[in-house]
Amino acid sequence: MLEIKGLKVEVEGREILHGVDLSIDCGQTHVLFGMNGSGKTTLLMAIMGFPRYRVTAGSIRFKGQDLAGLSVDERARLGIGMMFQRPPTVRGIKLMQMARLIPAREERDINVLAGELNLADFLERDINHGFSGGEIKRSELLQLLVQDPNLVLLDEPESGVDMENMQVIGEYIRSLLQKDRRRTRDHCGLIITHTGYILDHVEADVGHVMCDGRLVCSGNPREMLEDIRENGFEECSRCVR
Amino acid sequence: MPEKLRERIEELKRLARAAEDKPAALGMDIDLARFGEQPPGYDYREALQHISELDPEEMARTGVRVDARERAGSFVQIDDTVVHASALEEGIEVMGTREALETYEWLWDYYWKAVPVDMDKYTAAVELHPFDGYFIHALPGARIIYPLQACMYLRSPRYIQRLHNLIVVEEGAELHIITGCASEHEIESALHAGVSEFYVKRNAKLTFTMVHNWHPNMYVRPRSGILVEEGATFINNYICMEPVLYLQTYPTARLRGEGAVARFNSMMVASPGSVMDVGSRVILEAPGTRAEVISRAVTRAGEIIARGQIAGKAPGIKAHLECHGLILDKGGRIYAIPELDGGDPDVDMSHEAAVGKIAQEEVEYLMARGLSEEEATSAIVRGFLNVRIEGLPPQLEREIQRLMEESESKAL
Repeated sequence: MLEIKGLKVEVEGREILHGVDLSIDCGQTHVLFGMNGSGKTTLLMAIMGFPRYRVTAGSIRFKGQDLAGLSVDERARLGIGMMFQRPPTVRGIKLMQMARLIPAREERDINVLAGELNLADFLERDINHGFSGGEIKRSELLQLLVQDPNLVLLDEPESGVDMENMQVIGEYIRSLLQKDRRRTRDHCGLIITHTGYILDHVEADVGHVMCDGRLVCSGNPREMLEDIRENGFEECSRCVR
Repeated sequence: MPEKLRERIEELKRLARAAEDKPAALGMDIDLARFGEQPPGYDYREALQHISELDPEEMARTGVRVDARERAGSFVQIDDTVVHASALEEGIEVMGTREALETYEWLWDYYWKAVPVDMDKYTAAVELHPFDGYFIHALPGARIIYPLQACMYLRSPRYIQRLHNLIVVEEGAELHIITGCASEHEIESALHAGVSEFYVKRNAKLTFTMVHNWHPNMYVRPRSGILVEEGATFINNYICMEPVLYLQTYPTARLRGEGAVARFNSMMVASPGSVMDVGSRVILEAPGTRAEVISRAVTRAGEIIARGQIAGKAPGIKAHLECHGLILDKGGRIYAIPELDGGDPDVDMSHEAAVGKIAQEEVEYLMARGLSEEEATSAIVRGFLNVRIEGLPPQLEREIQRLMEESESKAL
């Protein structure tokens, strides 16, 4: 589904990713561990195609298509969706309005969806204006559920979320990733996690550690998380497998 | 006519004559001699459907429904002629200003009391030449649910459309007016000089929503004054998103009684070549009065001068001024001039102004959901222009929303 080869990415003239290789198969969920500033968000932003994140070498292919030259919206319409960690506030655009603007593959009842995500009272509010951490995540999920992308990029879905919200968020991330389907699953995901809490709610297939703009290690995500909890990322940067 | 009234009219004419060449305090001076043509007269029509000079679609865009459904009454003027005036609800009167001044002697007490006749050459021109306009009267305690609709249409080229509107909302009454001013497509240069005087009496409420749909050759000089008494509320919504050659207006509300409230919301889009000099001024003269002046200006290579002034002259005053501008294209200019004038230690007045480009981060956020750059920009600009107007009945709120959307979709 997603095939990244030798990817180098520059932000404002500074190289952040120094050659990343990553392959995500249809139906898989990958998690990305790594210290702050290691380049995790840069990778997601580059996949989504934000102009500030300039690809200087390598390639990103999605559904067999090279994404080079495709704008952010073209990538979104191709089936890539992203949960932003800190989305901007957009004054004057209500959540309901936004949900209706999103080109949806299948029509979803936004009111029902918002009810399930405890967002019914937020539909008529400006997007992200005065939303708490949990509310932002749920609003992002609502938009993604409407968009229904094949590749779901989640940037720290657990940050700023309390335990109660985590249950709901976990449940709907599973739904986004079609975790209840095995054979017919055509969605895949790449999740950035700092704490790893998301793994208590969403099963992942492969874990990666990013250090200083490189994927230094891949393996069983639970084992990797335990390792990181015990030894920290310092060990990862020293470890050469 | 009583001697005293005759003397007053003579005095007004004298003042007007003295101001005949007086340039306005703001805006480019216009040589009125250029506009010498006389428009034809038009017949009075009992039904709005019979006003064939106006395209129903054009009327709808200024808020006027030809079927008058969910309207308290209607008024239509073409050039200088009143072609229709009707009241559909109890407690409301609608007629041409000239007829009203002939009918009600008391109305002269409101004539040129909120706007000075010698303010400038435009007010003088309205007084010195035959004119008409609307007189809208809400009787004491009348609660008019549906909005009253009015349309001022300029059809003939090379002339000055002169209007004098008088709106009196009596004690405890509530009235909503939607008024549209429009001109014929591709009209050659013409000037609209409109005087509007509003009187909102004790505990009354008036919502006045005005949509301007001009054309690129039009000069527009509205002159408005509003007197708001104790406990009364005046809400003004102004929507101008069509091209215009040069618009200059600076309505002034005086809050004269304790607890009076005024709110001005202006939503403007300036096309290339348009100049819009639009302000709102509130003078808070009585204790405990409140005011809010909000403007949203978007320019596409046009020029907008967004003025706002609040002057607090009594204790316990609360007022806020907000000017936000978006410059979409090169060559556009927004000049925000917010002014605060505090004249009492116990005033609470503030302002904020911001002018800039559309936030790229917001555009990209919407694009990440699959909206094209154009769709994202348009949605953000619409959102920017959508000021939440407090205190409107839901029906009117929907109607204003519809008007905004229509104007936006055409302008953007």
